[in-house]
Amino acid sequence: MEKEALDDLRQIIPDDRMFLDLAERYCYSYDASFGEYLPEIVIQPKNAEEISEVIKLANTHKIPVYPRGSGTSLSGGPLPVKGGMVIDMTLLRDKLIIDRENMLAIVSPGVITANIHKKAEEAGLFYPPDPSSSNVATIGGNLLENSSGPKGLKYGTTKEYVIGLEVVTPTGEIIRTGGKTVKNVTGYDLTRLIVGSEGTLGIVTEAIIRLIPKPQSKQTFVAHFNHLIDSGHAITSILSSGILPSALELMDNACIRAVESYRPSGLPLQAEAILIIEIDGHPLAIEEEINKCADICKAEGASYVKIAETEEERQTIWSARKSVSPAITQMGPTKISEDATVPRSQIPAMMDRLNNIREKYELNLVVFGHAGDGNLHPNIITDKRNITEMKKVELAVSEIFEAAIELGGTLSGEHGIGTLKSPYMEMELGITGVNMMKKIKEAWDPNNILNPGKIFPDKGQTRVVLVT
Amino acid sequence: MNLPLKPNETNATAHHLYSDAYDWTNQCVKCGYCLPACPTYESMGVESASPRGRINLVKMAAEGKIDFQKDLAEPIDLCLGCRACETACPVGVPYGHILEAAKEAIENSPSSNQKNKMNKIKKLALVHLFPYPKRMNRIGRAVQFYQKTGFSKLIRSSNVLQKVSPALAHLEQALPAIESSSKRIRTGTIMPAKGETKLKVAFFTGCIMDSMMSRINRLTIELLTLAGCEVILPENQNCCGALHSHQGETEQAKALAKRNIQAFMQSDADVIVNNAGGCGASLLEYGHLLADDHEWAGAARAFSEKSKDISQILHQLGPLPFTEEWQGIVSYQDSCHLRNVQKVQMEPRLLLQSIPGISYVEMEGFDRCCASGGIYNLLHFDESMKILDGKMKNLKETKATTIVTVNPGCQMQMSIGIQREGAANEMKSMHLVEILAKACGLD
Ligand SMILES: Cc1cc2nc3c(=O)[nH]c(=O)nc-3n(C[C@H](O)[C@H](O)[C@H](O)COP(=O)(O)OP(=O)(O)OC[C@H]3O[C@@H](n4cnc5c(N)ncnc54)[C@H](O)[C@@H]3O)c2cc1C
Ligand code: SF4
Ligand code: SF4
Repeated sequence: MEKEALDDLRQIIPDDRMFLDLAERYCYSYDASFGEYLPEIVIQPKNAEEISEVIKLANTHKIPVYPRGSGTSLSGGPLPVKGGMVIDMTLLRDKLIIDRENMLAIVSPGVITANIHKKAEEAGLFYPPDPSSSNVATIGGNLLENSSGPKGLKYGTTKEYVIGLEVVTPTGEIIRTGGKTVKNVTGYDLTRLIVGSEGTLGIVTEAIIRLIPKPQSKQTFVAHFNHLIDSGHAITSILSSGILPSALELMDNACIRAVESYRPSGLPLQAEAILIIEIDGHPLAIEEEINKCADICKAEGASYVKIAETEEERQTIWSARKSVSPAITQMGPTKISEDATVPRSQIPAMMDRLNNIREKYELNLVVFGHAGDGNLHPNIITDKRNITEMKKVELAVSEIFEAAIELGGTLSGEHGIGTLKSPYMEMELGITGVNMMKKIKEAWDPNNILNPGKIFPDKGQTRVVLVT
Repeated sequence: MNLPLKPNETNATAHHLYSDAYDWTNQCVKCGYCLPACPTYESMGVESASPRGRINLVKMAAEGKIDFQKDLAEPIDLCLGCRACETACPVGVPYGHILEAAKEAIENSPSSNQKNKMNKIKKLALVHLFPYPKRMNRIGRAVQFYQKTGFSKLIRSSNVLQKVSPALAHLEQALPAIESSSKRIRTGTIMPAKGETKLKVAFFTGCIMDSMMSRINRLTIELLTLAGCEVILPENQNCCGALHSHQGETEQAKALAKRNIQAFMQSDADVIVNNAGGCGASLLEYGHLLADDHEWAGAARAFSEKSKDISQILHQLGPLPFTEEWQGIVSYQDSCHLRNVQKVQMEPRLLLQSIPGISYVEMEGFDRCCASGGIYNLLHFDESMKILDGKMKNLKETKATTIVTVNPGCQMQMSIGIQREGAANEMKSMHLVEILAKACGLD
């Protein structure tokens, strides 16, 4: 970094929150995807004013700036692909106010999402978005990636809950969007534009999020299917019967085998699919609904159905699903985790396409995901040191996206575009669609300071490049 | 994107680390699940003080991208080695092994001439003190003399230690009153069980335990005999080598391990018992430490399989014949190495709860390291105290009057915490063995 810029920066950020040494810079060179880019400097601001000053300075000296939460992004979101400065947001974690009367939480961006879950529950309230990384990820990261989890089916994604923001713009102004009211139709909805913008349109320094009453109780059941296609039909029948489960999760045969060899717990190795269904609400209503769901699964050909009677049984059912990630990482050191999403009626078709891709490229590909909302997670397990296999992975990834989009779906259900999916943006949005988005970016960020290299592909880039 | 490269052929240290630990570092998928478990990440707030950061730095060093002394040494040095990250990791990355490989590599790296003063003290203790039971005992006696003669009062009132080193001053006050060496049960002794012999155990005395805390050792042996054990104290046993492995002195740790294996294998005990979480973890890992040594691997594995914590044995043989009621609230601070490495969590709690009259309260964050971490509190006083002060806040909320631990380091650290809070009149820290012994009418 130029000396002059550095001297200016020293006026804003004290030395103990500014890192130039190689060790610390390497520590902010990665996220949970597998890119690696070395920043020139890392800073840890403590408030919006500092950030605003830093961004102004970055505009003056044309330094790329990369906001970062806990670095759990699976799409390369916080990676400093063009060098420059990483802004670690984790020290902005002072504020976590639960406003019970207005059913709101006012939070600093560095607060860990699970803490919001906990505080809300203590007040008898509920913050539904529940990415499985919620013990680690920051609410800021969740907001900017528009995260969600199993509960997305019934409760939607993060954007459904954000009603107000404080944001430092790419040119360094501090603005507020939205507010504390659930209804707000004044002007453009900048809140929604910023949520899910992956740190390209502003740095969020405070958020107002909506909470809802905590469901009184919940029940869970599991169903095994010998034929994948039957599980697909069960999903559609349940959803069209007027029942809205709070979670509807799917594991395919490769997943079942992986989990069983990782932590044997009597899962059916011959089954092509396992569905886990959870229903929440009034105890009397869910009793009736869960039985109906179980009946539907049986009628659609489930070979086994079990409703959890106790909390312990409930945990046992979920533990299989929770073991999926660790189980599949035993199969190889590099995990390419996709989250292509299709309309749920197309889930059987998508599973079919994924099977073909697995066979065609002879890859270790397993599928699980939030089947209720069509959000599948095809995961390819490989070793990035195996260059020939990585080349096959590149092709397979492209085909996964093509399949999702041909079936009327989308590139990402929750992990964002980042660096890994930018080459496919045109495929989904068309050139005019992408250009419209680019115009917004250019208007907000004329110097292309904030998180450059994300969402939009570089010229001529049509396919993800995993190895060079 | 940068692909992992093999380290530069000329850099022997990197090469060594590459063949030793590189595959382990590659198992890390950087999910960050370990971050919330890490006390140093919490207190320092930077990624280089997190498990994920440290693992990545080891990887970078093995690839020859960063320098061992300039870049890797400090982040590794600031790790407590509590291994809470290992239990949090969904993938099972063996952080402990990565850490030790890194320490050894740093220790042996060519540019290691930059080592500071503390390193010299460290080496002195590791090489010339801990491995020699006689020297340790001499120190024990000296400290006892110091405590008995009133010299300690003089030193305290003059505040001189505080000026030399706040860390030492704290430690000096946390030292337990040392028991007269005439009461110490010597190695080579065999103590018969009281009543029927249910189990034959060999007792690992430990170096610091044996010299500074011989009272706890004596009470341990008495409790064991009370519970129906014949207790053998094998001769020629010595320091477990934990501090040596933790400081990268692997060769010395191996030599110590072999001496212990030899000493214990000659006794025909069913179980090898110890009463210090840190030592126990190290005994449990002899199998791993000597895995590549054809001559010793089998014996090392057998030794590790026999090694148990005192709480496991007392719980297994219980209930203990309690004679006294306990008044007041008691809380328990897990020893990291007992909890995270030996995976012993329930037994100490169940034993405590079995004491008549006791009121047991769990404290928030009981599973987080107290930051004693071997000699971490001496080497990194400020960092350690920051973590400790957070712990004391949680402890105070339980309203406990006694905090129980199963490791000498943790026990002293908790004493330091109590002093820092100015709570020495309301609260004390005790070893599990002490409180059990008291409730059994032993003294
Ligand atoms: C094991 C695992 C499981 C996961 N499960 C899920 C899941 O179930 N559902 C899901 O949706 N995701 C999941 N993820 C992905 C990831 O956890 C989410 O994308 C999460 O929201 C990222 O949060 P973070 O704090 O780590 O942000 P980071 O990864 O650090 O950053 C994410 C993006 O947000 C930007 N950013 C961060 N903070 C700010 C801010 N304050 N202002 C502006 N921009 C900012 C960054 O520039 C980047 O583009 C998972 C990840 C892992 C490793
Ligand atoms: S939890 Fe395990 S895999 Fe995840 S970052 Fe930590 S060490 Fe790596
Ligand atoms: S051993 Fe303890 S201090 Fe070290 S990285 Fe792991 S959790 Fe953190």
